[in-house]
Amino acid sequence: MKHCYHCGDECSNSQIKSEEKLFCCSGCKTVYELLADHAMSDYYSMEDTPGIRVNGSVDDSKFSHLNDPKIQAKYLQFNDGKTAKLSFFIPQIHCSSCIWLLENLQQLHSGVSHSHVLFSKRTLDLTFNPEELSLGQLVALLASIGYEPDLSENTNKRKRSSNKRLLLQIGVAGFAFGNIMLLSFPEYLGIDQSFQEFRAFFATISLVLAIPAFFFSGYDYLKQAYLGIRQRYINMDLPIAIGMVVLLVRSTYEIVSETGTGYLDSLAGLIFFLLLGKWFQRKSYDALSFERDYKSYFPIAVNRESNGKTEVVPIEDLNISDQIVLRNQELIPADGILLSDEALIDYSFVTGEADPIFKKKGEVIYAGGRLMGSTIQLTLSQKVDNSYLTQLWNDQAFTESKSSDLNSISNTVSKYFSIAIFIITLFTGVYWQFTDPSVTWHAITSVLIVACPCALALSLPFTLGNITRLHGHFGLYLKNAEILEKLALVDTLVFDKTGTITTRTGKNLVYHGESLSLPEINALASAVKHSLHPLSIAIKDHLASLQNEQLSSEFQEELGMGIYAHGEGFEVKLGKAIYLGKVSTKDKDAGSEAHVAINGVYKGYFSLQQEFRPGLQDLLQRLGTNYQMHLLSGDNDHQKSEFENNFSFESLNFNQSPKDKLEFIKELQNTGKTVLMLGDGLNDAGALKQSDVGLSIADQLHQFSPACSAILNAQSLDRLDQFLKSSKTGIRIVWASFALSFCYNVIGLYFATTGQLSPITAAILMPLSSISVVFFASFMSRKYARIRKTDNNQFSY
Amino acid sequence: MSVIYLLIMISLVVALCFLGAFLWAIRSGQYEDDYGPSIRILFDDKQKKEDSTLQSNKQAN
Repeated sequence: MKHCYHCGDECSNSQIKSEEKLFCCSGCKTVYELLADHAMSDYYSMEDTPGIRVNGSVDDSKFSHLNDPKIQAKYLQFNDGKTAKLSFFIPQIHCSSCIWLLENLQQLHSGVSHSHVLFSKRTLDLTFNPEELSLGQLVALLASIGYEPDLSENTNKRKRSSNKRLLLQIGVAGFAFGNIMLLSFPEYLGIDQSFQEFRAFFATISLVLAIPAFFFSGYDYLKQAYLGIRQRYINMDLPIAIGMVVLLVRSTYEIVSETGTGYLDSLAGLIFFLLLGKWFQRKSYDALSFERDYKSYFPIAVNRESNGKTEVVPIEDLNISDQIVLRNQELIPADGILLSDEALIDYSFVTGEADPIFKKKGEVIYAGGRLMGSTIQLTLSQKVDNSYLTQLWNDQAFTESKSSDLNSISNTVSKYFSIAIFIITLFTGVYWQFTDPSVTWHAITSVLIVACPCALALSLPFTLGNITRLHGHFGLYLKNAEILEKLALVDTLVFDKTGTITTRTGKNLVYHGESLSLPEINALASAVKHSLHPLSIAIKDHLASLQNEQLSSEFQEELGMGIYAHGEGFEVKLGKAIYLGKVSTKDKDAGSEAHVAINGVYKGYFSLQQEFRPGLQDLLQRLGTNYQMHLLSGDNDHQKSEFENNFSFESLNFNQSPKDKLEFIKELQNTGKTVLMLGDGLNDAGALKQSDVGLSIADQLHQFSPACSAILNAQSLDRLDQFLKSSKTGIRIVWASFALSFCYNVIGLYFATTGQLSPITAAILMPLSSISVVFFASFMSRKYARIRKTDNNQFSY
Repeated sequence: MSVIYLLIMISLVVALCFLGAFLWAIRSGQYEDDYGPSIRILFDDKQKKEDSTLQSNKQAN
């Protein structure tokens, strides 16, 4: 099999060639020729087949709405008429060739003056001359080479998340830590006599260095602890903050009263290590979006018709009873009534129904569907926000923020931990008050310093951070590391059907009936090539390898029924059973069958069967032993028996509305289950949000996926059991490292309660405990929470 | 021994310079993209070279 020179896909026929190079489609060939014309063939020399498949030719008018000043204002960061700046989110950016091509855009069009790619965020910063090149043309240019920007609203509003602040904090804390340690060296070495005169000087400088580390770098811990107290719960930050404050106060007191040099090295080290842990845990996938709602799925503007004129309007300006025009493959932005005679609409993403739905004039069309076929007109009956589909987002599940971290491991532990420390402090204080009052103050502060759960606070981020990275490596992208804790608790799995356990595109076309002769195949292929019906397209692809001759024909399509074509020596009728005057073989004609009659003789029928994702059966078998599983589908139940025979689901639920799905999850949770929902479409959005872990499955990582807690690469679905298992192991490792850090606390407490804690003991014990816990957590999670490597699919994110 | 006061101050100033450099590097966005620059350095400046040879030819003429 030959592969396309541009995108690397398999070429199904070897007709499309340019300069001896083979292409899979004319789109790829066009891109190649465009680049070759501009002396940019270097694009192909850096990586093999770097290109992105371009489907069909790009129509300039598709982006003409971007030339509207009001819409432009949303995108342009700067514009003075001659120079304009903006940045686009382009999720397709994936390799060095992409960077090269996009940064050499000025060779393709002189209107672009500067372009810069920010790879980690998949963004392209552009400076261009709007007089030479309008925004619409610019986007069309990008689209024509396969890099169509994501123009949806949320993506552009999204602030560029940044860990600049955290890095600054780490820098300051690290600076203070290193220098204070250096200044404490004489103390560590026990140099006494000659050092005496410098002691106060060294200590004062240490104090000056420690203050920015405390107030700037440690700010978040102090703030979180304060917020925790105000909301009356004890979080991990409280004992940390107490430890920090006591360290600073006691050190200041010692230095000012010249009784000692304090524990400032421990203080700076504590803050530094804690921040490192935070940084390690914060593995974020900047280029993925976990927060998208329907707004980023909808188009930004549509064509409105008023007084015979067509104008482009942003969708939020649409009003009830506006008339809009939609073309093939466009989305329906709001509920409306069909004015045209007929329309075929694909709701699979919105409702989970696998087959396109046929609508007649005067019927209500719900928002979210994708139009297939010819242009239609609609009168809107609702505003965009009030549509049947978008109302789901008004549900409680979307408005209440989950105060879930209340029950997380670290907070449970720190609650008991803090109580224990208070009791120990109290006992120590009382004991010394009666035996030797002069030691009381020293002993109490020592307990609070030693008890500071630095190692404890580090074990969680390092273990979870490691496992999050590991999961990312194998195709599961978690929104944040806390999701792992919930993933480990899951006991019930709920699957969506369409697009989740079945593939979105790959449908098996099966032909039942008499075998067709070559002239008959030619005739049939010539007939279906005119039709935009998904079945016709599937049949066309199916026959493409068999067909050897193109025949010209007259063609008629009766929407919702079938097609009729006749040419020289043949006559083809293809469509529903009724269209051919036959009784359907199934009781429910699901619209996924096309019957064929050639020259008036009935031949047989094609049927589309949804294909399950590879490895599904094995996966469900492995999962079935440990988890309760349910199926939720918005589709009808014509596959019910297939599911009953092949898989062991606890319950099979069909014809579920988005709201039903949400309620189903809620009910499971009310019976005490921890639910993982696996879904893909807008119709699962409610269920994904309501569930404890919402896992959104995606064939292409950057395409639209509803708000969720993690995105799973569709190719990694068969590893789901391993992801779950590895999360469980991870949580066990966290507990083990907790135990280890408790040991250090016990040793420290021994020194503290007996009043023997010297600055040097603290300075050794603290980094030692932190570092050893970090090593333990990292080593264990690498060794035991592994995911088996299978054949090819590892993912470079 | 009192020279140690001076030495400590100098060492602190040097350390502060490095801290300043680090903070500047963060603020100027050098940590934002850790993949792009490693790729960009490998790109041939073909276009620019052609331009410069063109210019040097002109100058020679």
